[in-house]
Amino acid sequence: MTYLRLIWKQGLQIGLIGGVVALLIALTGMAVTFNQRDIISGVVSVGLMLMLLVMVFAGYLAARRTAQPRWLVLVNAMVAGLVPGVLLVVLVVVGNLVNLRLILINASPMLYDLLTFKQGVLAGSLSLLVAGGVSGLLAGLVYLLPDLPRRVLVTALAGVILTGVLQDLIRTVIAAWGPLAIINQWFFTGTGLTIPGAITVFVLVAAGVYLQAKRGAAVQAQYRSLRPTTQRGLKLTGLLLLALILIVLPQVLGLFLSEVLTIVGLYILAGLGLNIVVGFAGLLDLGYVAFFAVGAYTVAVLTSPELGMFHLSFWEALPFAVTLGVLSGVILGIPVLKMRGDYLAIVTLGFGEIIRLLVLSDWLRPFLGGSMGLGRLPRAIIGGMTIPGLNITLPAYEFTGPQQFYYLILVGCLIVGFIAWRLRDSRLGRAWMAVREDEDVAQAMGINLVATKLLAFASGAAFSSLAGAIFADKLGSVYPHSFQLMYSIYVLCVVIVGGMGSIPGVIVGAFAVLGLPELLREFAEYRLLFYGAALVVLMLLRPEGLWPEALRRRELHETEEAGEPVPEADLTCAPAE
Amino acid sequence: MLQRLRERIDPTDVVMWVIGALILLAVSVGSIITLFPSLATALGLTVSVYGFTDWASILMSGLAQGSVYALIALGYTMVYGVLRMINFAHSEVFMSGPYTAYFVAAALYTTGWLDSQPIISLAIVFAVAMIVSSTIAVLLERIAYRPLRTAPRLIPLITAIGASFFLQYTFRGLYGSGFQAYPVVKILTGQWIFATPLGELRIQVIQVVVIVAAAALMGGLYLFTQRTRVGKAIRAVSEDKEAAALMGINMDRMIVVTFVIGGLSAGAAGVLYALMFKQVHFFMGFVPGIKAFTAAVLGGIGNLPGAMLGGIFLGLIESLGPSLFLNGLGIVAPYQLKDAIAFIMLVLVLIFRPTGILGERLAVKKA
Repeated sequence: MTYLRLIWKQGLQIGLIGGVVALLIALTGMAVTFNQRDIISGVVSVGLMLMLLVMVFAGYLAARRTAQPRWLVLVNAMVAGLVPGVLLVVLVVVGNLVNLRLILINASPMLYDLLTFKQGVLAGSLSLLVAGGVSGLLAGLVYLLPDLPRRVLVTALAGVILTGVLQDLIRTVIAAWGPLAIINQWFFTGTGLTIPGAITVFVLVAAGVYLQAKRGAAVQAQYRSLRPTTQRGLKLTGLLLLALILIVLPQVLGLFLSEVLTIVGLYILAGLGLNIVVGFAGLLDLGYVAFFAVGAYTVAVLTSPELGMFHLSFWEALPFAVTLGVLSGVILGIPVLKMRGDYLAIVTLGFGEIIRLLVLSDWLRPFLGGSMGLGRLPRAIIGGMTIPGLNITLPAYEFTGPQQFYYLILVGCLIVGFIAWRLRDSRLGRAWMAVREDEDVAQAMGINLVATKLLAFASGAAFSSLAGAIFADKLGSVYPHSFQLMYSIYVLCVVIVGGMGSIPGVIVGAFAVLGLPELLREFAEYRLLFYGAALVVLMLLRPEGLWPEALRRRELHETEEAGEPVPEADLTCAPAE
Repeated sequence: MLQRLRERIDPTDVVMWVIGALILLAVSVGSIITLFPSLATALGLTVSVYGFTDWASILMSGLAQGSVYALIALGYTMVYGVLRMINFAHSEVFMSGPYTAYFVAAALYTTGWLDSQPIISLAIVFAVAMIVSSTIAVLLERIAYRPLRTAPRLIPLITAIGASFFLQYTFRGLYGSGFQAYPVVKILTGQWIFATPLGELRIQVIQVVVIVAAAALMGGLYLFTQRTRVGKAIRAVSEDKEAAALMGINMDRMIVVTFVIGGLSAGAAGVLYALMFKQVHFFMGFVPGIKAFTAAVLGGIGNLPGAMLGGIFLGLIESLGPSLFLNGLGIVAPYQLKDAIAFIMLVLVLIFRPTGILGERLAVKKA
């Protein structure tokens, strides 16, 4: 009886949650959309993998929650894997009796085919149940494995899945390697990994993880025993290597991936700015797009021949864009100075919308172009001028496509990153963090709240308007449509996913939030669904983000760590900045 | 005397007052010009001229719009009262109900019930919408907010934003991304025309129904919170959580009840909104959601009658504004700036009277 209750509490409940997740994945159309791409060609598609992963996760969570005794772990894991299977079978059966499509547009025959492995309702339902049970059971077994084999197995499987999901990226990069491009034939078919390719990836990753676990500590110890000068030399070599990679990257990656990189770069730029406002100073700004728009429109108005009011070049317009950005940051900052967090969020959101509505309106059309936007912005050019007296004309470098803009954005990111990094450790940065922790106490300690907050808004706005200016010039035109609320949400996701207040976190966040979806074209439709879920899950489980700032993590886990010493491993994991 | 005055005023206040005064000036100048069109010709502005019939219909649509805002605002205000947080996902609670009920309404329409038994059919549609909305609200509380009650302030807010987008795009995935046309209910169409000494008075039936229904719901809700045991318990929780718990009130249950009530009123408001604008869409919650929040702040957040008053006030301002003062300032196509007026109102209220019309001072960081 007690065991039954334990199964209910630990297996069934998690299974039901997993089942609801699986149903949502099926009915929102994700399963079918992702089905276009195979992970292993002809064996398993991304859509199916998603379903199986839900079952595996449910099984693993149930196993972890049970923990003891072993047989109950396995039973619970199996139950938790089976329940999503049962719910999906119910969906298939109901869907075959009633036309659910009248309401749920994604309950298509394609979905049922996918769920039943194309074997018809009866055989398919049975296979689905078996798949659920087996996935759960396997997850339970994995849980019971000793630490090292478990890590090797899980990482290797994740490696295979990741390789399959990111096949386009990997294939194009390898294809550019000239004679080495033959590798592609071994690993990939047109739609996914080949079976030998998948096995190779699995073995390689497994071996890597195994070696790292066995030898990693020894290598690290060896590195530490080196003389400090040698250590510094190694670090410098590493940095030089990184710089070299960054410089040749667009040439290696080709046009499309360079475009992706420029998008990510623009979000890093904006994210670094918002990181100051949200991460350092703790002011939740949802109208961040306003400053982006200010930067973009300033450049457009000053350079576009369509209005004919000004004919500046990009470089002449840039200082105006940033200055106006700072000004608008201060102007929008003043009214919200005394507001508390949640009010601030809504008011800034309102500001963002006001700016967009103004830009869109016919009223300001003569100055801003209205809904048609402004076009034909001249591209930025470096050089090309004649040095007076010497009669030498420098060679001109025009930023025409993404491969050229990449460098402009890279330089921008480096400068802004450096500024943000230095600001963080400055007196002002510490004042921001004090304000974030407790305004009243900060004020009592003699921090000027008005100046501190306004500086946060102003520097955030400056970075964002810089990003906007580059964005406008890269696109060659500006439209009100580019400045939706979504932009603010994307940037907020970048900051939060990476870890509020963490500068490397912004970079990680931008790649995760904007890089990945660009590489997975099918993903685009579900982007905001995932972001929403990611924000909720992150806040529930890991509020410090993917690459947290050490201080922030300690704050957020204060209660858990109180009294017990911080584990050694945790300290070494903290980013060395 | 002057010394003391100088100490009391800080420069940011001055900036704010200047902004406010400028806006006030613009509003009054614009209104005067609109009301006396001869002034406009003297100034060389082209403005539209409205008669009594136009003003009356603008007023009525503002009132109907405002009563829907008021109903949604109740949800914000009540949740704010008990949890001291803005339920950012409330706009999705508002959207989910009528969007789901659309399929019921469409089915009733095709079977002909909607016209032969309009009252029963509408009751079913309302019931479905209200149940769905309150279910979503309760799930939201259980999954996204309850585990974070003791977390730093910023964290539940981010969760709420995340939940909001998650819900929007889940519904988009489930029901599709297109606009769905809400079926027309015959008894709600048409208009009444009265002849008055000032001119013709035209009143849309649907607007009257919306106003009456919203007023009835709000009245019921008000009585519920004032008179019943549960209502009193909710008020006790929002007054002081710990003291309420000491008095034997189950706080978790009261919070759930609050979310249920918020969901019910949002669902009903959603159907009224859908009947008025005749379409549903997965993004339909966003703008009314923000407006309703504005209304809640306007009336004083945490204050029920305040939310109702704020909603109606906002609805009126928003529908009167473009034709009254923006028109008078010679702004082209003033209706494009309708939403901007609401947002500017929000900012102005928070600057000059963060307590709202009837509320206590909460917007400033304390609590």
